[in-house]
Amino acid sequence: MAQARLERKEQINGWAFVAPALVLLGLFMIYPIVWSLWMSFQVGKGMNLSFGGFANIIRLTKDPVFLRALGNTFTFFIVQVPIMIVLALLFAVALNDATLRFRGLFRTAIFVPCVTSLIAYSTVFKSMFATDGIINQTLMALHLISGPISWFGDPFWAKVAIIIAITWRWTGYNMIFYLAALQNIDRSIYEAARIDGVPAWARFRYLTIPMLKPVILFTTVVSTIGTLQLFDEVYNFTAGTGGPSDSTVTLSLYIYNLTFKFMPSFGYSATVSWVIVLVVAVLSFLQFLVARDRRRA
Amino acid sequence: MTWAVFRRALVYVLLSIAAFVSVFPFFWMIIGATNTSADIIRGKTSIGGALLTNAATFFTQVDAPRIFFNSAFIAIVGTVLTLIISSLAGYGFEMFRSRFRERIFALLLLLLSIPFAAMMVPLFVMFSQAKLVNTYVAVIAPTVASIFIIFYFRQATKAFPRELRDAARIDGLSEWQIFLYVYLPVMRSTYAAATIIVFMANWNNYLWPLIVLQTADNKTITLILSALTSAYTPDYGMLLFGTVLATLPTLVIFFVLQRRFVEGMLGAVK
Repeated sequence: MAQARLERKEQINGWAFVAPALVLLGLFMIYPIVWSLWMSFQVGKGMNLSFGGFANIIRLTKDPVFLRALGNTFTFFIVQVPIMIVLALLFAVALNDATLRFRGLFRTAIFVPCVTSLIAYSTVFKSMFATDGIINQTLMALHLISGPISWFGDPFWAKVAIIIAITWRWTGYNMIFYLAALQNIDRSIYEAARIDGVPAWARFRYLTIPMLKPVILFTTVVSTIGTLQLFDEVYNFTAGTGGPSDSTVTLSLYIYNLTFKFMPSFGYSATVSWVIVLVVAVLSFLQFLVARDRRRA
Repeated sequence: MTWAVFRRALVYVLLSIAAFVSVFPFFWMIIGATNTSADIIRGKTSIGGALLTNAATFFTQVDAPRIFFNSAFIAIVGTVLTLIISSLAGYGFEMFRSRFRERIFALLLLLLSIPFAAMMVPLFVMFSQAKLVNTYVAVIAPTVASIFIIFYFRQATKAFPRELRDAARIDGLSEWQIFLYVYLPVMRSTYAAATIIVFMANWNNYLWPLIVLQTADNKTITLILSALTSAYTPDYGMLLFGTVLATLPTLVIFFVLQRRFVEGMLGAVK
């Protein structure tokens, strides 16, 4: 009897602690998500919506700007995420060495970019990437390029500039996760391997990487989601256009434009947003598969 | 031996380059605040004499007290509410287990991967139907229950010694008192790390405020500076002066809480 009362008290307390968060998440997350799923099958302008079946999905396949945005988003993802993860891992392994001098200084310096406000860094980068600006001057002084690059006037270089900017901002953030995980690894494993004559690269490949796998997976999934939602940087670097000629337009920017810039078509922009959900789901699933297969091998 | 020395040197060179690249834009921003727009675009890297002109232009174009108040209010109230609601939930999920709540938690983790874009349109319609567009409430409310922060607190709570709770129970403390007087003080580092993460996210939040804050007097500094940057010929001197001001709060919070931040991160990844 007393046992049952205690159990009921535990239940009541358990719900009491999580209830405020669950109510808010239900109202501001689950309800909008379900609604937007429903919306994605509706057609019409503004709030005059009617059920359109698969009309929006058919429209997707014929919409050049959407296809462009999908392609650009993939390009950003495929190029940027691996570069950032590899750099973050390299820095973390280098900084994990207890005999290294100025560790704290290096760590803070590499981490500090992710503390800046988005707007600060987009303004700073925009001014540095100006045609007569410091980046072009430096590259020309190093004889890497013969003439100035028009960073935001050229479809290819505009993408490069955005990738550089995102990598600058988020590498240190990911590094901290690896550093934290590395510091939890038992040092004696490395000592044993060193005594057995395992070379440094093999220790990295066969000890560090497998032990960091859960964290690498976590950061990869988070970065994938972040990159597929890319909006802020593109919006600010290109004054909201995704230019030149849609070469940097991303899915999130296109959704924003569909909803708030062009004649609002809520249904169609909801459909585009579910494309992101679908891509994120597929990619996360693939990343889990890859992580699992390696463990078996 | 020479190989080892060479490798060592390589590590220092690599880290120095990374550190330089990471810090240079900050240096550039501060130098830029003292230069004219033309000098900045030309890539001038020495201190100039335009600081006062830039400040004057900034303060005439931007209603600074009002705009910084908007940013501070949204960031501070948002952070406090997020920490309360999300840490309560993280604690609750970890300390009181039930099969049903575990399923809900699994669902939440699944929702974590749904991008904001997928809820943005209905969310906007909801707030405009409730006539709350252009209010602080509209900016703050959807961010308060953060799945990421709930998850973070749950992970950190795994390291919270259960004996402390049991002892407090025997002493006759209620569950809320245990949370307030035992858990909170013990988890200081976790709260510090979460404060940095949440405050920065709120201060820098862009897309949602851009959608719901529609009149100039209600906008945050992030939105105002962004609008000024998109001008056809932006005045970079004035803008960089503004960005120095806009970056200061997050930098100060980071350096004040840095030590605890690293501790807190370590605690959660364990």
